[in-house]
Amino acid sequence: MDLIWQGMGQAFWLVAHGDREIIGVALLTLGVSLSATILSLLVGIPAGAFLALNRFPGRQVIVSVVNTGMGLPPVVVGLFITILLWRNGPLGLMQILYTPTAIVIAQFVIAAPVVIGLTIAAIQQLNPRLRLQILALGASRWQMVALLLREARLPLLAAIMAGFGAVISEVGASMMVGGNILDETRVLTTATVLETSKGNFDVAIALSVLLLFLVFAVNLGLTLIQQRRRPL
Amino acid sequence: MNGETSVNAAESAMPRSAAAPSRSHLPALEATNVTVRFGDRVVLDVPSLAVSAGEVMAIMGPNGAGKSTLLLCLALLRRPTSGEIRVGGEPIRWGNDLLPTRRRMAVVFQEPLLLDTTVQENVALGLRLRGRKEAEAKESVRFWLERFGIEHLAKRQARTLSGGEAQRTSLARALVLAPETLLLDEPFAALDPPTRASLISDMKEVLRETGTTTLMITHDRDEALALGDRVGVLVAGQLRQVGTPDEVFASPVDAEVAAFVGIETVAGGIVINQEEGVAQVEVGGQIVESVSPIRAGNRVLVCLRPEDATLLKASDREQMTSARNCLRGTVSRVIPLGAQARVVVDCGFPLVALVTRRSAVEMNMAVGQTVRVSFKASAVHLIGH
Repeated sequence: MDLIWQGMGQAFWLVAHGDREIIGVALLTLGVSLSATILSLLVGIPAGAFLALNRFPGRQVIVSVVNTGMGLPPVVVGLFITILLWRNGPLGLMQILYTPTAIVIAQFVIAAPVVIGLTIAAIQQLNPRLRLQILALGASRWQMVALLLREARLPLLAAIMAGFGAVISEVGASMMVGGNILDETRVLTTATVLETSKGNFDVAIALSVLLLFLVFAVNLGLTLIQQRRRPL
Repeated sequence: MNGETSVNAAESAMPRSAAAPSRSHLPALEATNVTVRFGDRVVLDVPSLAVSAGEVMAIMGPNGAGKSTLLLCLALLRRPTSGEIRVGGEPIRWGNDLLPTRRRMAVVFQEPLLLDTTVQENVALGLRLRGRKEAEAKESVRFWLERFGIEHLAKRQARTLSGGEAQRTSLARALVLAPETLLLDEPFAALDPPTRASLISDMKEVLRETGTTTLMITHDRDEALALGDRVGVLVAGQLRQVGTPDEVFASPVDAEVAAFVGIETVAGGIVINQEEGVAQVEVGGQIVESVSPIRAGNRVLVCLRPEDATLLKASDREQMTSARNCLRGTVSRVIPLGAQARVVVDCGFPLVALVTRRSAVEMNMAVGQTVRVSFKASAVHLIGH
């Protein structure tokens, strides 16, 4: 227990004294995970809306793949992205392995199915006749989709939280495609693993507390938006 | 309804009559040979349906008759398997962008289907989708909120409304668009009786004032009678009859239409004599007279509304009546229905009569009792086979 309190104190001390290394790691973590989340929203919400609103052969298979993807193990993603970006790999020429860009790509692959899957569910839980009603009031197809997304905004915010939560907390993919290089690709989770392996439990706890604080702060903001409507 | 709305506001915000002047001779909405199939099953087969400009057409039919499918096709929200739909005389080309045509219509469904925002924003929705100017939209929205008596709810969240308030909002949201054609999909079906009666009355007034071409579907005969200039009966996907309410309710064309318009006695017989416009029909071993031009030798269905039949005790021989028909029969069922009772009398064919509950008690109406049933020849409708 003392170790935890000591770790908390250490976290406070590190942040309060503006520890350059820790602040850098925290900012990189936020930057990488927010970028991956935003990318996954840009792709996932339109893709989820398309899958929710259209019927075509093979749709069920695609939705099943998406649902499977919602539980994709980060190490598996890390492995495949590493192979793709490896010097001799198909995308080796890009030379982005062990860079923050590689981590963003890996985290995008982890978050996108979560956002797509939850967007499908968010739109499908709306009354199916609402779509007809909106069209019957003179909406174009794009206006209809925008209004449906607006109606599903509460579950969609949950999708954003779930996507962000999945990527900021993962360690396997960031470790494999980022390489945990100090000042370059070290994020809070990989730093925590490293410090734990070195026996620096107080620093590891400090990093964990910082990570939890970041997750809490982002989710608090999203929750305030989600829950701001007045009760019945 | 707010009766104090200023005339000027009404003139500026109310829609004017339907079709464009140059096309006013054409039906506002027309379906020709429209069919809808689900696999091998034909759920809708309408050879011809035309709604004239300014007319209120009520299509009635039982559940599963294809009413909603017909409405979705006419609202251009569902492509029929075959056939043609014309709006204001122009044929619909399904591959093309239908948005401009859809924007000439408005649809109100049974569920209000309001968005999760204020009443005011809901009513303004269609105007915003059309990119109308804020000030213009605001004035129209205020007018229609007042017109439906919900101006005090303008700032309320739609999800906090009662069923009646929500449906008023939905109707205001459609009428604010000044649609050339209004399509109503059982808009009063989910409301409690007092709310429903009040809203139907308001709607009748609104439709009369605006002259909006309207097609309403309903399973409720009273709604169709209250609002329809003409009514149609859709049974099993087929439009069996279209006419004025009097025509359809008094002279149904077949047994199913008869049953749907409230005729409970439908029995097969044969005309044995025709004299001075009165046909004598042998039915179930009895002779029934009907004011009908159908000639002797024809097979017919004898139709009688339960409210047109009067029950007399078998012993009341001295009781005189001008009715041409007076049949003896045995009571086979008595079904209490609130203040009334439905009595089924076996006269050689089952004949249904409606009596007050008090009469049923006073006459000691019981199964097995012999009674006489009288009804006028003019109350009997014959359907030729």
